[in-house]
Amino acid sequence: MAMEVTQILLNAQSVDGSIRKHAEESLKQFQEQNLPAFLLSLSSELANNEKPVDSRKLAGLILKNALDAKEQHRKNELVQRWLSLDMGVKAQIKSYLLQTLSSPVNDARSTASQVIAKIAGIELPQKQWPELIGSLLSNIHQLQPHVKQATIETLGYLCEEVSPQVVDQDQVNKILTAVVQGMNASEGSPDVRLAATRALYNALGFAQANFSNDMERDYIMRVVCEATLSPVVKIRQAAFECLVAISSTYYDKLASYMQDIFNITAKAVREDEEPVALQAIEFWSSICDEEIDILDEYGGEFTADSDIPCFYFIKQALPALVPMLLETLLKQEEDQDQDEGAWNLAMAGGTCLGLVARTVGDDIVPLVMPFIEENITKPDWRQREAATYAFGSILEGPSPDKLTPIVNVALNFMLTALMKDPNNHVKDTTAWTLGRIFEFLHGSTVETPIITQENCQQILTVLLQSMKDVPNVAEKACGALYFLAQGYEDVGPASPLSPYFQEIIQALLTVTHREDAGESRLRTAAYETLNEVVRCSTDETAPIVMQLVPVIMMELHQTLEVQKLSSDEREKQNELQGLLCGCLQVIIQKLGSSETTKYAFLQYADQIMDLFLRVFACRNATVHEEAMLAIGALAYATGANFVKYMQGFYPYLEMGLQNFEEYQVCAITVGVVGDLCRALEDKILPFCDGIMTQLLKDLSSNQLHRSVKPPIFSCFGDIALAIGESFEKYLIYAMPMLQSAAELSAHAATADDEMLEYTNQLRNGILEAYSGILQGFKNSPKTQLLLPYAPHVLQFLDTLYNEKDMDDTVMKTAIGVLGDLADTLGSHAGPLINQSVSSKDFLEECLSSDDHLIKEAADWAKLAISRAIAG
Amino acid sequence: MAPHDLRRPFKRPAISDQQRRRELALLRQAQQRSDSHNRARQLASSLLSLPAADQPPSSPEPILEDQPIQIEPASPEPEPEPPEAAPTRDLNVVQASKLRGLEARRWFARQLMLPEWMIDVPPYLDRDWYVFARPAGMRCFVVSSNGTTVSRLRNGSVLHQFPSLLPSGARRKDLSGPAHSYCILDCIFHEPDQTYYVIDMVCWRGYSLYDCTAEFRFFWLNSKLAETGACGPPAAYHKYRFSVIPIYDCDQMGLQAAYAGVVPHVKDGLLFYNKHAHYQTGNTPLALVWKDEFSSQYFLDTDGTGQVPAQQQVVLELQDDGKLTTSDDPPVVFGCMDGEFLQKSNLRPGNLLRFAIGDESARLHDGRLEILDLQFVAKVNPRSRAFADSYSKVFFQYAARHSPLRIEDLIASIQPNLGDNSKTTDVDMDD
Repeated sequence: MAMEVTQILLNAQSVDGSIRKHAEESLKQFQEQNLPAFLLSLSSELANNEKPVDSRKLAGLILKNALDAKEQHRKNELVQRWLSLDMGVKAQIKSYLLQTLSSPVNDARSTASQVIAKIAGIELPQKQWPELIGSLLSNIHQLQPHVKQATIETLGYLCEEVSPQVVDQDQVNKILTAVVQGMNASEGSPDVRLAATRALYNALGFAQANFSNDMERDYIMRVVCEATLSPVVKIRQAAFECLVAISSTYYDKLASYMQDIFNITAKAVREDEEPVALQAIEFWSSICDEEIDILDEYGGEFTADSDIPCFYFIKQALPALVPMLLETLLKQEEDQDQDEGAWNLAMAGGTCLGLVARTVGDDIVPLVMPFIEENITKPDWRQREAATYAFGSILEGPSPDKLTPIVNVALNFMLTALMKDPNNHVKDTTAWTLGRIFEFLHGSTVETPIITQENCQQILTVLLQSMKDVPNVAEKACGALYFLAQGYEDVGPASPLSPYFQEIIQALLTVTHREDAGESRLRTAAYETLNEVVRCSTDETAPIVMQLVPVIMMELHQTLEVQKLSSDEREKQNELQGLLCGCLQVIIQKLGSSETTKYAFLQYADQIMDLFLRVFACRNATVHEEAMLAIGALAYATGANFVKYMQGFYPYLEMGLQNFEEYQVCAITVGVVGDLCRALEDKILPFCDGIMTQLLKDLSSNQLHRSVKPPIFSCFGDIALAIGESFEKYLIYAMPMLQSAAELSAHAATADDEMLEYTNQLRNGILEAYSGILQGFKNSPKTQLLLPYAPHVLQFLDTLYNEKDMDDTVMKTAIGVLGDLADTLGSHAGPLINQSVSSKDFLEECLSSDDHLIKEAADWAKLAISRAIAG
Repeated sequence: MAPHDLRRPFKRPAISDQQRRRELALLRQAQQRSDSHNRARQLASSLLSLPAADQPPSSPEPILEDQPIQIEPASPEPEPEPPEAAPTRDLNVVQASKLRGLEARRWFARQLMLPEWMIDVPPYLDRDWYVFARPAGMRCFVVSSNGTTVSRLRNGSVLHQFPSLLPSGARRKDLSGPAHSYCILDCIFHEPDQTYYVIDMVCWRGYSLYDCTAEFRFFWLNSKLAETGACGPPAAYHKYRFSVIPIYDCDQMGLQAAYAGVVPHVKDGLLFYNKHAHYQTGNTPLALVWKDEFSSQYFLDTDGTGQVPAQQQVVLELQDDGKLTTSDDPPVVFGCMDGEFLQKSNLRPGNLLRFAIGDESARLHDGRLEILDLQFVAKVNPRSRAFADSYSKVFFQYAARHSPLRIEDLIASIQPNLGDNSKTTDVDMDD
């Protein structure tokens, strides 16, 4: 059945485009016409040591791609396709693959081990291929190092593909034994040792039981620590990667190893090559992440039943850790600020220092201050920059009490440095540090203000001046202004920025027009700052914001007039349109939210809408999303009058709802449908057939990203509330969908936080739909139509209550639905409601909730129920 | 198994502005969705009737310029009101709370639930009824909304406008909830200790309790009012103290406690509320008032000078055909004016007239009160009262002078084991 495919595979890699294209075409045809023969041919090619390495590698790659895809929907299809293949064919393919592991050609072995792992990922959960792990393990005792290396590599990939639950503990123990033995210093082959160290990284998730056993854990840790001292760089790097992974997976098991690990990492940071030193720093960053999470969760109070206690490793290591990190700050690269992809010792060390500050708070300040004082005035720019970076890094974490006196002294120095320092790198870090000062020590919640009437003008003068500096410095200055404005967000009617408002806006617009605004994200930063300045503006400056409307409109208009662009120019144009639509959105929301400015603003509504419709004609996801969000805000401001734009806008609305690929656009559009419902109320009725059709299609699609589904359900509620009993005709479609989604979401049955969060979003969407529909039918003669659905809704509420894993939002919505049900169905639902757990225990629990929103909803439910029962 | 990327965000805010815009938009949408749900919940549940638009339009009349009105000290007890005949349109309480002047007075005058006078003991008093001591004072509606609190007397005129700790009752940032968070309380203002005694709860935080049973309303009143701090002493943002009254099941213990218990206020008789009754505006037999000489200084009606007149007096309404009627629906006719007298006296249909009843000119016949002779006293100032006496009041006052319903009679009616307890009373629910 296998066919000769060598030449086609080689042709597919030809430099000649037409030969390549023809070969690809043939492969595609072969695959479509006879999949089993196709796969068999490829695996035979891969296994054949007589064949050229290039055709073998490509054969393996195509095999791998025939088994897995990034996109979930496609992935599922491929899995099903493989499972339905003939058993004999599959056995033959697997046999070729296992045979390849003994090949003397490294690339063939490596490709085969990846394909084996993919098949294992499909078959092991189905309890197929039970002999795989056993036969791999028997290979371990082979004397040839290359076979051993390939086998261990396969075990590593297998652990990456398969979830630990699928493999029984006995086999897990054997895998780990094989891997850890391969890592041991006594292993003669460096290739085997490297493969084993990398395999352990993937196998760590399987080692829960082994890490709970002191002896086994000691052994694993000893082998890992020894591997960090290997003469081979790649082994040392892989060993540190294992330590990083262990630090997050087994944080609570590390206490007795921390002293040794500190010594190892300190040596690596100071002496080893950069890739190894970076991993060593990452170990400490990762420990910080863990402790920050633990301290956040428990607020520093640990009881016997806290899941994971905090061991305060960072606090204990502090006196040695901080000097080590400060040393790294002096190892900057010349142009790291201009290089987007840069990541070096100084950056990693400073980042880690920032995390340490967040972990320990005040304690870090006395350890860092001497370094700052010593270096900040030195002639070598590296020292000045390192001192400034250290200062900026510790601004989040310590208390304002501790920092404010220091910042008060430092502020003037920083402002001068931003103006006068001869080095761009120093200025960049200085502007960034000012931004951090404003972010963490300025705002209505800070007791002692850093910024006073006296220095406010000086700060602004420096920042606006600095916005004319080189792009990377100007970008940081914009960032600092962003946080300066944000700190005045709820300052009241008179903002200290108001006197300079016009000047600030003008300066930001000037930045957006700079020739070099494309560098260092400068244009984006300027628009983002402009947005924040507008968001935080007050009534006194509303006229200036109003003047901004035609300016931004004109800019958007100009981008639409330009014709014939290269693809590179078009991309830039799209980016600019996105920024302008985003800016308009912020302005619309600002001016539309106040009665005093709304009406003056609405004079522009026609023109703005016209511009947005033209923007939609350009096909770019980000731009669509921004324009969609802006239209949502516009509909809210316009209210029922928005109906005049509906004819023109509807096609794009539908397009947005059909955009499966760019699911963010789809999600935003669904949200805008909600805005339209609230703005238009029953005037949205003529468009509802189309909208509901799209929404129902979206829900039935398994291509659409799951995160869009909860908002679609909420949107059902918005529509029902807007059109009332006219929702009748959609009931037969919407209700069964809600019902089956409700059944699915009732039992999350998972310990996975992310899945639980999604499940709760889904529940909330479903409940909001029920609320909207029930409320929409209230006082209608057609209320009876909802009665058949009442038992299910109540059952859903009861199940949610019994599952005990609702978040507060779901709880509030759920108890509200109970009230809506009682309110709309009244005495018809009285007996049903009386029988439900929700109407008793759940209601009681909500009534005594500390969350006032839950309590308010529960009050409502109690009232509605008492009326329904009283009849 | 390539080395994993360990780059962390460097010198960048953790969140992009685009993400921020997205989140703010979602936040706005969620807020607005929640607002519209709340609105839907309240609008339909708090619809009240309001005088139709075809009523005489009111001249704008600022609240504070309302002229002081004279309260008849002799009868602080609410009076029954004439039936609502005019067509009505639905209006939200929120809108109603924005009404000003005459229109507001007309509207609020119709919103109180008015107890009948107890002329015989209702069956199953102990099982179906509550009892409590009525504080002496002015019956009023207290509305808190939009950062202020307004109390209105039975005739709709404003008694006080003041800040209070009721929800939305004062302009304080920490208190002013959403604009729809208004409250309506049924109160008696007790002058001596300057306290509003709350006898019923009609709306709370925007939720209507009209359709709830008295049982539920009293439960709600007792659990919610204290939470707000409104029962605390007067303060900068809280001008008058509010207080709840102990409400008892009308068994022997409860009746004794309400009748003889020590309370911080002057008593003016007892109020009886049927547990299952909704808050029904206007006259209702499901709430009853009862008095005797011990429990009230207003047992017998007094005149304008605080004296008990030698003869019983009644206020009746003059009809087109000269008939003199009570305020009941349907009205009860107690007499008739002759045309000649009417022409001379310049009286018009709709006028309220005060009459005296001679000792021998009234009698009970088959349980009905009949009046044989009415002696005209005077025309009643329309500003002081809006409605004629109810039949139950006239009856009660007549009985008070001849054979009063005594506390012993009430106690006797709730002696344990009086006959068949299995029979239930069909309570007439108002809808």
